[in-house]
Amino acid sequence: MSTYVGDAANAPKFQTAAKALVNDTQVRHNVRHATSVIRQKRAKVVGEMADWEQLRESGHEIKQHVMRHLDFYLDQFEKTCTAAGGQVHWARDADEANSIIVGLVKAQQAKEVIKVKTMTSDEIRLNAALEAAGITPYETDLADLIVQLGEDKPSHIVVPALHRNRMEIRRIFLDKMNLPELSDTPEDLAAAARVYLREKFLRVPVAISGANFAIAETGSVCVVESEGNGRMCVSLPRVLISLIGIEKVIPTFQDLEVYLQTLPRSATGERMNPYNSIWTGITPDDGPQEFHVVLLDNGRTKVLADREARETLDCIRCGACLNACPVYRQTGGHAYGSVYGGPIGAILTPQLQSMAHSQTLPYASSLCGACYEVCPVKINIPEILVHLRNTVVERGDAPFVEKMAMKAAAYVLESPEHLARARKFGRMAQSPFAKNGVISHLPGGLDAWTAVRDLPAIPEESFREWWLKREREAG
Amino acid sequence: MMRHFLEVFRGAEIVCIPSSSCVAMIRDHYPKMAAASGDAALKRTVKNMLPRIFEFTELLVDQLGVTDVGAFFPHVVALHPSCHSLRSLQLGDKPARLLAGVRGLTLVDLPEAEECCGFGGTFAVKNADVSAAMLSDKIRCVLNSGAEICAAVDNSCLMHIGGALSRQRCGVRVLHLAEILASRDSKGMAS
Repeated sequence: MSTYVGDAANAPKFQTAAKALVNDTQVRHNVRHATSVIRQKRAKVVGEMADWEQLRESGHEIKQHVMRHLDFYLDQFEKTCTAAGGQVHWARDADEANSIIVGLVKAQQAKEVIKVKTMTSDEIRLNAALEAAGITPYETDLADLIVQLGEDKPSHIVVPALHRNRMEIRRIFLDKMNLPELSDTPEDLAAAARVYLREKFLRVPVAISGANFAIAETGSVCVVESEGNGRMCVSLPRVLISLIGIEKVIPTFQDLEVYLQTLPRSATGERMNPYNSIWTGITPDDGPQEFHVVLLDNGRTKVLADREARETLDCIRCGACLNACPVYRQTGGHAYGSVYGGPIGAILTPQLQSMAHSQTLPYASSLCGACYEVCPVKINIPEILVHLRNTVVERGDAPFVEKMAMKAAAYVLESPEHLARARKFGRMAQSPFAKNGVISHLPGGLDAWTAVRDLPAIPEESFREWWLKREREAG
Repeated sequence: MMRHFLEVFRGAEIVCIPSSSCVAMIRDHYPKMAAASGDAALKRTVKNMLPRIFEFTELLVDQLGVTDVGAFFPHVVALHPSCHSLRSLQLGDKPARLLAGVRGLTLVDLPEAEECCGFGGTFAVKNADVSAAMLSDKIRCVLNSGAEICAAVDNSCLMHIGGALSRQRCGVRVLHLAEILASRDSKGMAS
């Protein structure tokens, strides 16, 4: 049994992956364009809400309350869901969740499953586990389908194929769907996906979904989406399995009134999702006749235990922080080495792995604060990033050069005398490099700065020196 | 360093800081650091100090009620609202109002003004490639604005943006808002 987040434990450092992506002008262009479109739509529909800040605050408060009483609400959800005819399974980690789900599919003697978009299933590498057991998973969310057919990885938690443009998607569909010809217009691409998927909706007997919300009061599960393919999956097959992270539980049905306003506006810039599916257990002769919920921990209770960072679990996966993030917008999601990219991924991925992996992620931010500003549940991501950086340093995992540099900086800034001496030394040391008041090339690791920018040289007279002279002259 | 700062400025009635990221550090982090230390006296000192801390434009506009300091600066200026001034201190239009009061100055819009310039302290070196990509976007916007000068209330951003403008030899310079407000015409008078 083990806890993991996709392949994040083996992913390269953020800066290594980012270097390649920043140089991929096609990816950069696609990500920039897509995030700009969503941002504009979001700004418009958020702007028309007079009570947006109160909605954010409510969303935050409800989640804070849930996290304080998570044991109670999970227990309540198990009872209500079971009473409605569902079967609830508890999975401590990714391996356990996979073996439960594979077991459930095998019990149906099914060789295929259809899937609703679920990032959590990517977190536990469910598709690989199913394939290893001889079961073929079909992604039915259009973007997930593009990622699956392209043997690619998701680059955004809401729009997983946002790094692809329609010319690239046409190529993938042509190759993988064995089509004689296909144009790259959105209508034709959607039509091709429809033909490909509809046959599977009607044939495959088991569906796997994630959840946006699990309602403790009623035992209901809620999934919101844009395409209706999710609705097909949760209503047509005989058996439905929902994989749900334990942080997705909310107390009451009425709490949805907050999130069903903030989530679609934040995620896709829509006032309401085109499809809002909410189901409670099973209904005789209507929809799936067998319903399983797999409640997943996989590191979440460890996040909950850290008072300073537990807000991380409040996330409703809207992706607004990704679209707002100037770092994410340069690299796309692949640089983060995890199914969870962008600012939320930078705090969630390392924590789910108990800070043992992905330690460069808390540094993948300029701490500009744009993520916090747009977050519909007010997760203070910059503050948690700093907290996690402290954790990396406290564990002694910071690079040697950085530790030395920080020590030197602390010494220099400790007293005016130290600073004055450092300035004097700096003026001497910079003389081979400084020209016309700027330094254009620095040796060693410092060339990371001077590769694209000059550095102002230390001036002949500092502010402090000028000030003292001025006072002396004034007598 | 926090203790040192509190000691040095203990007797000051007002502490004016021409850098919003420094003010944000004091306002947002000092109380938490003091609380984490468990030192009750330190917590009190921080609490007493906070109301006396002002960012440069907060002091001028809010405290002194001044938006015209009698400056003369006949140049085209774009204002980069740094992340900390914008989102942490929420300075709003204070810097722009001060610039509007400067004789001869033409303030132009900076496209995508609210985007981070990519400095972020150690970020600029640790994630040099992403930082450089963010910086190149910012430089493109500064050049497209048609400004001769890019101004801000944070020297760290200005060092970053200025470093790239200097490297590109494009003739556009950076100045701190205070430097513009300190400018006078040749007779030392505002015209």
